Amino acid sequence: MNEELLDLDFKDNQSETLIDRREFIKIAGTGIYILFTLWDTSVFAQERQRRGQNLPADFNAFLKIGEDGKVTCFTGKIEMGQGIITSLAQELADELDVKFENVKMVMGDTDLCPWDMGTFGSMSTRFFGPALRAAGAEGRRVLIELASQQLKVPMKYLSTENGIVFDTRNRKNKISYAMLAKGKKIERHLKEKPEVKKPSEFKIIGKPENRRDAYEKVTGKAKYTGDIQLPGMLYAKILRSPVHGAKLVDVDLSEAKKVDGIQVIHEGDFIALLHKYPDVAEIALSKVKAKFDKPKTGINDKNIFDHLLKSASNGEVVAKAGDLKKGEGEAENIFEETYLDGYKAHSPMEPHTAVAKIEGDKVTVWASTQTPFPAKDEVAKELSIPSKNVRIIPPFLGGGFGGKSRNNQIIEAVRLAKLTGKPVQVAWTREEEFYNDSFRPAAIVKIKSGINGKGKITLWDYHVYYAGERGAPVFYDIPNNSTTVYGSGWGGNAHPFATGAWRAPGNNTNTFARESQIDIMAAKAKIDPLEFRLRNLNDKKMINVLKAAAEKFGWKPAAAPSGRGFGIACGTDAGTTVAAIAEVKVNKQTGDVQVKRVVCAQDMGLAVNPEGATIQMEGCITMGLGYALKEDIHFRDGEILDLNFDTYEIPRFSWLPKIETIIIDNKNAPPQGGGEPAIILMGAVVANAIFDATGARLFQLPMNPERVKQALNKN
Amino acid sequence: MADIKFKLNGKQVQLEVDGDRRLLWVLRTDLGLTGTKYGCGESFCGSCTVLIDNEDVRSCQTSMKDVQGKEVMTIEGLEKNGKLHPLQSAFVEHDALQCGYCTPGMILTAYSFLKKNPKPSHSDIIKEMDDNLCRCGAHQRIISAIESASKKMEGGL
Repeated sequence: MNEELLDLDFKDNQSETLIDRREFIKIAGTGIYILFTLWDTSVFAQERQRRGQNLPADFNAFLKIGEDGKVTCFTGKIEMGQGIITSLAQELADELDVKFENVKMVMGDTDLCPWDMGTFGSMSTRFFGPALRAAGAEGRRVLIELASQQLKVPMKYLSTENGIVFDTRNRKNKISYAMLAKGKKIERHLKEKPEVKKPSEFKIIGKPENRRDAYEKVTGKAKYTGDIQLPGMLYAKILRSPVHGAKLVDVDLSEAKKVDGIQVIHEGDFIALLHKYPDVAEIALSKVKAKFDKPKTGINDKNIFDHLLKSASNGEVVAKAGDLKKGEGEAENIFEETYLDGYKAHSPMEPHTAVAKIEGDKVTVWASTQTPFPAKDEVAKELSIPSKNVRIIPPFLGGGFGGKSRNNQIIEAVRLAKLTGKPVQVAWTREEEFYNDSFRPAAIVKIKSGINGKGKITLWDYHVYYAGERGAPVFYDIPNNSTTVYGSGWGGNAHPFATGAWRAPGNNTNTFARESQIDIMAAKAKIDPLEFRLRNLNDKKMINVLKAAAEKFGWKPAAAPSGRGFGIACGTDAGTTVAAIAEVKVNKQTGDVQVKRVVCAQDMGLAVNPEGATIQMEGCITMGLGYALKEDIHFRDGEILDLNFDTYEIPRFSWLPKIETIIIDNKNAPPQGGGEPAIILMGAVVANAIFDATGARLFQLPMNPERVKQALNKN
Repeated sequence: MADIKFKLNGKQVQLEVDGDRRLLWVLRTDLGLTGTKYGCGESFCGSCTVLIDNEDVRSCQTSMKDVQGKEVMTIEGLEKNGKLHPLQSAFVEHDALQCGYCTPGMILTAYSFLKKNPKPSHSDIIKEMDDNLCRCGAHQRIISAIESASKKMEGGL
């Protein structure tokens, strides 16, 4: 991505917290630079508060128009498959009026790019995109100003096209961006929000654009962290305890030490075997004889929900309207249900990897991380060195899904690089990836709801434990409602191992519970589940996406269970409104569920790259089948029992439904999240379809064959 | 140590290596061909797929001694004279990837079975690709890419 910049020497940068822009510009050569920050500074303020430290009130990205007329965008965001390497370039190219191919993205390198808190939460397009477009618009204005001086034409007569400023009265009177940037070092700070293009003026934004990293990825040329090989580098394998919370009581390294060329690091509980070949280091590790004291917690994947409820903190009411007592009084039918969701692994195909090199007082780390800037601070703290001495470079990431927001592998790599004095690569095995994962937390949702004789919901009392607030407050038009959240969507001490953000954190659990409960009420009222939703909705966007999905699906009203196996669900995530309809086939003998078809409609405001947005919807639907049907972490006394893809089953080709997607044309509205929304529906849409097929209701994810059979028997 | 000779991406290679070492790591470290990826180490995922005598194999489970005298092709060997193989082009055209980590294994698995079954049906493709895992959810597009490539190739590779 930015190989030609790797050799630049940044040691003369004296800035305490981040690279000094002027220093950078001195190094990076001539051109026109536009520096800009996010307009939505509330995100920063929040983060500053959360981290309890001052973050630079600095410019969040910048772009350079070079002497060759090519544009470089430097952003702290990273590419992990979600496609912003393409869509952000589209936004910049359109606003600047340059060819899409002439925009180069430099991403996530903490020496080259300005501070960014991390790539997660579907925030790149929502918050970074608008600022980037504004910078593009400003850049275009600077170019017109410069052209006005050079061509001696008043600015009002000048316009731009394909990297050229021209006189609108005489198109032959023109000058290229390359010429304008030649020999100049112009730095502009963007302080006011310049006028960006109207949707009617878009040439590149809103048009489907293929992934721009595809060529590198189909030829094997794309570099991931594990592909970084440095002279003299050692591959490290680290001794792990077999169980979370175990203590090393005895270790015998004598056999491991006999392996030719092996280097052994033994510092307290931290034992690593290093070799110039990773497979030989692995063999050496297998020769380590270690004895651990394993704790007996008695907690496992069956009794975890009782344990979590017992350990729950006090709830916080996050949304409330009307009077629950009144709602209960008005209800003809009351429904009280509990929904359960187990732990899920992120399982990116690329496990956590880092390569660390220490030269003098400078540390450089290549790493598969969604949070390069926080990683920089973590490394500085680990090595007790100033943050400015640390450079994190994220090459392409082989998936992240939230799991690569944690940087344990980076700390391990820098620690070993320091201890050995050599560059070190730490690449977790699949087993380590499962064992060390920050799982999507197990969670419980309890709902008490009621409907009147007209099929209107009068009561909604919602309690969510451990899935957090995201997606919890109800959007149905319910006069008396309350949402109480116990504990955050991740973290917390009640879990037997680390938990963290997993694609659309919390919302998968919350939407499974809410949309199942809605369906239960619709079935009791003998009302078609689409009609029931529409009857209880005022949200125009939600109504719109439901109708769009229903039309494409060819929905014919019928109360469930109709025997057809059709399910419906809707929700919101990251500012996007989304609805899906699924068709399933249930094998009543085996309990096996095959999802035959999914139609999904979403309103995400302006879809910057409709192709990229469609790919993300498909990805959400496919990945979501996993947590809906099979994915579940089994554990016992802190021992993770699923450590590879043999027992932890992720979606396969043979699971694939026919996927049809609709993106609502809403280009005048600001762009919203795309990488997460559709995945939130997959639990509920499948649960509701199973009910429609069989009359059996599933209250726990995943809906594996065993649970489906149990539900069928209960029925 | 063994003296292992084999053809790699059309070129003769001779290595002094422990015959029990796995092909995956020798390719990636000794030979610097990093297009072949580690995914699970147990042949469950297919990220490390390479071709040996045109058959797709999981290089994480292949010993060097079994490569003796064989013809190995990795993803780096598929592009010929700057021209992408039709499967590679189809993956690009169909956006049949996201993070791209499973992509080399997907392409080489498809290459291998298209050689035996040049005109596969939709369900043939699903069956043949089912042991290759993708976490991003590019499956639908991967199937389309293979279908389209098989049509373009008309039986030739």
